[in-house]
This record gives sequence, C-alpha cells and structure tokens, in this order.
Amino acid sequence: MLSLDWTMIIIYLALVVIGFLNIYAAVYNPELNTDFAVGTRYFKQMIWIIAAFFLALCIIIIDPTFFKQTSYVIYWIFIIMLFAVLVIGSTTKGAKSWFGIGDFGIQPSEFAKAATALALAKFLSRTDFTKDLKTILVTLSIIALPTCLILLQNDTGSAIVFLAFGLTLYREGMSKYILLMVLAMIILFILSVIVNFWWIVIATAFITLLVYWKRRLFWRHKVKLRYFVIAFGIVVAFVGLSKFAYDNVLQQHQRDRIDVLLGIKQDNRGIGYNVYQSKIAIGSGGLFGKGFLNGTQTKYNFVPEQDTDFIFCTIGEEWGLIGSSVTLLLYLALLVRIIHRSERQRSNFSRLYGYSVASILFFHVLINIGMTLGLLPVIGIPLPFISYGGSSLWAFTFLLFIFIRQDAKSMDIV
Amino acid sequence: MKNNILSRSSLIIALFCVVIAFFIVRLFFLQIIDTSNVMKANQNALRFRTQYPARGLMFDRNGKLLVYNEVVYDLMVIPSQIKDFDTAKFCNLINITKEEFDKRLSKARAYSPYAPSVFEKQIPKGDFALIQEKLYAFKGFYSQARALRYYPKALAAHVLGYVGEVNEEQILKNPYYKRGDYIGMSGLEKSYEQELRGRKGSKITLVDVHNREKGSFQNGDFDTAAITGSSLYTTLDADLQEYAEKIMANKRGSIVAIEPSTGEVLCFVSAPCYDPNLLVGRVRGNNYKKLLDDPTKPLFNRALMAQYPPGSIFKVAQALIALDMGVIQTNSGFVCDKSLVGCHNHPSATNVRDAIKMSCNPYFYQVFRRIIQHRNNRGKIDSKDGLSVWKEAMLRLGFGTRIDIDLPNVKKGRIPDTAFYDKWYPSGWNFYTIFSNSIGQGEVEVVPLQMANFAAIVANRGWYITPHLVRSYGTETQRFRRKEYGIKHHSQIDAKYWNVAVEGMWAVVHEAGGTGRLARLEDIAVCGKTGTAQNKGADHSVFICFAPKDNPKIALSVYVENAAGGGGAWAAPIAGLLIEKYLKGEVKRKDFEQNYIEATPCQPIRTPKPKKDE
Repeated sequence: MLSLDWTMIIIYLALVVIGFLNIYAAVYNPELNTDFAVGTRYFKQMIWIIAAFFLALCIIIIDPTFFKQTSYVIYWIFIIMLFAVLVIGSTTKGAKSWFGIGDFGIQPSEFAKAATALALAKFLSRTDFTKDLKTILVTLSIIALPTCLILLQNDTGSAIVFLAFGLTLYREGMSKYILLMVLAMIILFILSVIVNFWWIVIATAFITLLVYWKRRLFWRHKVKLRYFVIAFGIVVAFVGLSKFAYDNVLQQHQRDRIDVLLGIKQDNRGIGYNVYQSKIAIGSGGLFGKGFLNGTQTKYNFVPEQDTDFIFCTIGEEWGLIGSSVTLLLYLALLVRIIHRSERQRSNFSRLYGYSVASILFFHVLINIGMTLGLLPVIGIPLPFISYGGSSLWAFTFLLFIFIRQDAKSMDIV
Repeated sequence: MKNNILSRSSLIIALFCVVIAFFIVRLFFLQIIDTSNVMKANQNALRFRTQYPARGLMFDRNGKLLVYNEVVYDLMVIPSQIKDFDTAKFCNLINITKEEFDKRLSKARAYSPYAPSVFEKQIPKGDFALIQEKLYAFKGFYSQARALRYYPKALAAHVLGYVGEVNEEQILKNPYYKRGDYIGMSGLEKSYEQELRGRKGSKITLVDVHNREKGSFQNGDFDTAAITGSSLYTTLDADLQEYAEKIMANKRGSIVAIEPSTGEVLCFVSAPCYDPNLLVGRVRGNNYKKLLDDPTKPLFNRALMAQYPPGSIFKVAQALIALDMGVIQTNSGFVCDKSLVGCHNHPSATNVRDAIKMSCNPYFYQVFRRIIQHRNNRGKIDSKDGLSVWKEAMLRLGFGTRIDIDLPNVKKGRIPDTAFYDKWYPSGWNFYTIFSNSIGQGEVEVVPLQMANFAAIVANRGWYITPHLVRSYGTETQRFRRKEYGIKHHSQIDAKYWNVAVEGMWAVVHEAGGTGRLARLEDIAVCGKTGTAQNKGADHSVFICFAPKDNPKIALSVYVENAAGGGGAWAAPIAGLLIEKYLKGEVKRKDFEQNYIEATPCQPIRTPKPKKDE
C-alpha cells in the first residue's frame, strides 16, 4: 500500500474543480441550451481533466525510480521536441510553440519545465552545485538550453518561468547576493525606463561618492577608490544596456505592456484594455462575488482570454474576495506543503525536484495573478490546474504527480 | 550549515507567503475599497433601454377624439455593427442619395461608433413596411417605434399646442428628459406636460463586448414598466370649434366662448388658424418656418396674447363700478355732449340701461369722471384714490390680471394705476389726461379671454370661475380635476346692479337704437355689447355677449381685427351665428351664414402689433 500525500492530491483536485467551474462560467451562454454539448470549451476541458487523472494514475503506478533513471532521456526528448517545434510547429498568438495534430495541439514548452526539473535534480543530486566552475556551467546550461529554445519560439512568458530554478539553486547553496543582484537589476531596469538616463548617472555617482566618503573619512576604512569606480561603471553600463534593450531588443507590444504597467502610457481602450477590464471584472465582484454564472464581464467577453490566461477574473467576479482568497490560499498551502515534504526527502533527487516543482508553480501563480491584478506586465502564461487547456493541465499534473510519487516512495522506505 | 539550509527553506516559504498576502491585500483594494469597479462593470455590460409610454389622448366635451398617437419608426444605426452591404440598394430603399448616406453615417460615427444614432427620422407606418421587409440585409441598422401626435379633425391648434424634441436647456432643467424625448412646446401639450407624458419605463438588458444583447438583467427584477400618459377630457365643443374656425378662416381675430356657470371654454379660436398636423413629424421644420414667416402671424395666439384696447364693451364695466361706488344711480342721465368726446348721433341717455344700449361716449365720460374724481374720506376730490378704487374693482372683474387659464403664455393686459400714471406723466395727471379710458381707449388693454370672462361674469350676475380648457384628466375610470377650477371668484359688486347691465346689454341686441342688432336671434334672448377698438390701422370690430338672458349657457367675446364698420357690423353677427350653432345645434339662416363665412372684412395686412406687457 502506497502512502500517498493526500493533502497535495486534495488541493490538486480542488484547483482542478475550481478551474472547471470557472471555465464553464466564463464560456457559459444562457441563450444557448447546450449543457455539455460536444465542442464546447468546458466539454473539452472535462475530457482533458479525465485524461489528466489517467496520467496521474499512470505516474503513481510506474516504479518511482523510472523517472530518476530516465531523467536525461526525458530531458533530451523534450529538447528535441523544442527544436522540432521551431521547424514544424504552428503559430498561436505570435508564438511558434505548438504541435498541431488536427484539432488537437500540444505545447512542448509546458512539459520542458518538468523535464528540466528532472534533469537538474538528477545532475545536482550527485554533486555539490558550488563545487567548481564546471559544475556551475553545466547546471546553468541545463536550464539555459530549453530557455533559449523557448525564447526562439517567441514565447517570452514561458521562458521567464525558467527563472524559477533560481530558487532551487538558492536552496542548494547559491549565494543570496545573486538573488539580490537580480532584484537590483529589475529595479534598475524599471528606473532606466521611467527616469532619464543622465539623471540615473548623476544619482549613481552621487551615491557612490557618498558611500565612499563615509567609509573613507567617517569610519576610516581602508578602501580603494577603484572598486567604487568599477561599481559605478557596472551600474551605469547596466542602465545604459537596459535602456538600449528596451528601445531596440523588446518588441513594441512588450514595450507597451511595460509602459502601461509603469503608468507611462494610459490607454484603456487599446494596449491597456486587457488589464483595465481585468481589474474591473475582479473589482466588481466585491466581497462575496456575483455568484456562479452571474458574472457579466468575463462571460460577455469584456475580459479577453477569460478562460485561459485571465481565468482568475472569473473567480474574482463571481466568487468575490472570499473565493479569490481561498484560491490563493490553496496555492499557498500546496506550495508550502511541497517545500515541507521536499525537506523530508531522503534522496537529494526528490528534494531537488520538489523545490523545482514548487518554484515553477510559484512563478506561474506570481506572473499570472500579478498580471490580472495589474501588478505585473501582461505575460501570457496559464494559471496552474485552473486555466483552460490540455497541454498546461497535463504538464502541471505530470510535474506535480512525479513529486507525489517520489514522496510516496520515500515514505515507503521509511 | 544545517541551520543555514533551514533558514533558506524558511525564506522561500516566507517569500511565498508574502507574495500571496500581497495579492490578497491587492484584491481587498480592488474589490472592497475601490467601488468604482462595480459602476464601470455596469457601464460595460448593462444597457438601459427606455420604454416610451404612449402620450395621453385628448377628447372634446362630448368625447370626440381630438388628438391621438400614431406609430412611426426611427431608423437607427450602430456604425460599428455595419457589415458590407449594397449601399445603392439601401439608399434606394429609404430614398436618399449616396452623398446623403455618407454624410449621415459619418455624423453617426462621429457621435459614437458603438451607440445607436437616429439615421432616418419618423418614417410613416406605410413606408416602413417596405423597409422593414428588407432591413435584415443591412447589419447595424434597426428600427425603433416612436409615437407621433395626429389630429383627426385638424382643429384648435392654438389650444392643443404641439410637441417637439426637448432642447439642451430643458434637459438641464429637468433630468427626466433625455436627448430625443418629446415635450409639449405650447398649448395644452405644454401646460399638461406632466400628466400627458406618463412615465418612462426602463428595461435593463445585458450586452456583450460587441454590444449584442444577451437577455434581461436579473430576470427583469429591476425593470420598470412605462406608464401611459393621462388623457385630457377638454371642455371644447368640437362642433362649435369647427364652426368658429370656419367662420374665421379668412379673417384675423379671435373668438372665445365660455360656459358661464362652469368657466369651461367651449371654443377658442385665434385666426388665422393652422392645421395642427402641419407641426408633426418630418414636415414640421419647414412648416414651422413658413408659419413663423407668415405676416398674418398664425402662430401668435391672439386670444391670449393680443392686448387690444377694449373699446366700448368696457362701458359695461364702468357702469357697474360707478353704480357700486355710489357715484351714479341707475337713473342718472348725462347729455350726449360731443364737445367732451366724439359720439354718433343718438338721443341723450337718461339712465344707465339706455346709455349701454346706445353706447354713448359722453355719458361714460361723465361716469368715469365721477369714479376718478371721487371724494375721499375727508371729502376732498382725490384722483389718485379714485383711480385706485377703480383699479381694484377692475381687477376683481378679471382685467389687468393674468387669468389663470390652463394654457401657457397668457398676457395680463393693462389696467393703469397711479404708479403707472406718475411715471407716464411725470409732471402730473388728473381725470382730463386719462379720460380716454372711459370708453375703452387710452392706456387700458385687455386680451380677448378677459373680455369673454367678463361676459361670463355679467351672465352670472357677478361671479366667475376661472376659464379653463380641461375638465378632468386621467383614465376612463379614474379622473382628476384641478381644484382651482371649482372656485367662484366674486366681483363684490352689489347684486342689484347686475340687472341694469344685463338689461342694457339685452337692449343693445334687441331694441331699436341698439348697436348690436345683427346678433339678434329669433327665439333666444341675446345680451351683448359692441365695441370699436381704435388702433393704428382700421378699427377692430369687437363684441361680447351671452345667451340666453336667463340661465345663460354661453358667453362670448369676438374680435375681428381691422374690420371697418364697428362692433355691430362684423363681431356681433358672428357671435349670433355661434350662439345659434351652439344652442340650436344648427344654423338655419343659411344665406346670412354664407355671407359672413365668405366675407373678408379685415384690412389686408395690418399685422397686429401687441404692445409690450407693461
């Protein structure tokens, strides 16, 4: 008898059910009496949910060592698929990331996250990440290879999610300064967009001098001026580069999304429409929401992508603050549970994999809900287990249940 | 190291908690604090469709329909919903040119691409049937039913008034009205606007992002039904009105007939009349301009707004006031001294009755002199006091005051008072500067309605009910009245003097030497008084009367503008015909009748120039 962690399974089921109900509500049309007609989005989602359960069952039945042993194989299979999709894939919403088989499509990038998590866990389970430069380079390559391929597909959203592995690496001993550096880079990037370049240069110079003066004269530390000059140079170079990248590398729609988020542009009818409508839909829900199927904003298409990337709007509108908070807390409970269980794993592989699972789910929730609440730029990635779509549901099921299976295995041994 | 690792996992969990907590706080602000989102969501998805109620109908005193509604169709367009279609075919269908089509469409688009605009207004039912059949082929166009006023008898335009679209000013003043709503602009349509309009309802429908309707909101729980406007049951007698308009067709002037016992207006004519149907629907703009430019001023409501000198009909009022003040007796006689004021040839009157009959100017000169040069408490002659007493009495007879009839824009005429003359004659005044008023000339001015009301006062021997045109309003089963039209206003002139006036007026019509003998009827005792109102053009022919002498049923004032020959020549016979028509139902004197229907006594275009109020 397997001792499966039912907490995670129940939360998983709850999120899937929430997803289904809200997809039903989002595409529900009271004029058409087409309950569960074949071809409706919720009917398809129903099929995919059943298939996902089947997939979960398979993973639980399969010997847990299977995934550890075939980690690299799985990784390479999906790397090849990411290559292949660049050549023969079909384009949806500007991203060439789908294999279309008739009416049915599959998105390898969704599965690539799980595959990368497996490969990374396998590689790091045998070595200490901080051992030498070679190990660090291999580790980063494992992550960078699929990320670059996905970037080539023009699917920035999915690529950003690979930053999630940073959290796994942090757990495994990566310096906290790297995380802080990333944070600093984000802040500098934002500053480079909203503040004139020369102001930043002047401000940086001023701060640098201030710190130097304090250290040198106030505390009488022996510090060399040239470190400060180098630090100043790096910051200025980064800001200059950010500005350049913003102006020349980013595409217009990405620039627009950042501008709207930062309040540089206001265009509720054009580029800011999605987020504006999304906030209206969620905001109009109030404390208790309008009730199941009583939403107007999502059902009548005021919110775009209302059953995929913006599915959280339906939850906010129909279930209110209470429903959306419950959903968020379910995610939090799942994440905390995964971290908690990961720390209890006997094998490094399981722990490493668990951290990656939590990090990936966390990034999806962060980016998706941050977007619908108007806190982050519009980046189209699905909300795990809830958004409409077979690929993402299966990929997340695959990702989570491998961990549940590993977890059960380790309990077996105990 | 162990410690370090643990703290790292705790830090990651803390990060998760912080982010989720931050999201929940954000949700709290969006959903609880910022209430504007609910409004914005409603703006997105709810459409308030106005349900227009049918405007109330109007009936005459015998239940004949005067005004009803007919459905017409506005062709509406939502520019964003237009799909490619055959423009030529469409233009052909509603009979406009391609240029006109483009012009209207760009105008609609400029107003709003998503909201409906009127593309073609008020298409009659007949034409619309054809359009409706083919409308399905033109996406973005739809029809909206509206009701227009129609007048089956084309009568009483000045009474009924007309409706028109509200202007910006009216919308600002009263938020009930929205762009494109109709409102009563004149006549009863205006004064009974509140009752006639009913109450608009609204129906809330859900729409999607493309403005397509998606059904009712909350099963229609928040919808309100439109309430049909109240009908007006007017006091007009459609037959008499029609007859009066027929007689006045080629003349200028006015006729007001009142039922003395109730104050109900039986007919109300301002000539020239116009067909009220001219001011309805698409033809209205052009017709309105034509009527406005017409030098005979058909839109000018003479019966309420034309302030004429009253002429000799005023003498009856002077006699009554003087008698009541005690400055003359019923048998007072004055010589017809033409050196005081001009007069026609007649024997001197030896009593009030004969003076009225013969309309003797010098007689009433003396009467008015006694009123004005009345002795005050200290026994001194005090013209100011006299004029004040006179003015108060005149006001009680309904002169110089705005008669509260249920029509808008009533003029109050003018009864000069001491303040007026102090200003008019800064160097001083006395009876000799103002004596013209004695014979209804000078500074006094009255509107025809006041004269008809005065005829009713005499008919009632001393009181009147404010003339009104609506007896009741409401539905078949539930009627309402205005309270003020049930109140008797007393002139406070002693009852015993009225018979003198009545007898005098009877003599005017029935006795030899009377000035109004053309008003005489075979078997009905008519009491009347002629007047010849001098003015810049030819004199106005004026006549007031009531009949029968006992228990009067009708009181009239008739004004025929610029008609030479005095009150007896034109106004009196017309009044007689109307009395006959009303009391007998039919006029037997066909030749006599024909004569006055065909006559065109009015001096060609001397447009009435009503003097400014005050």
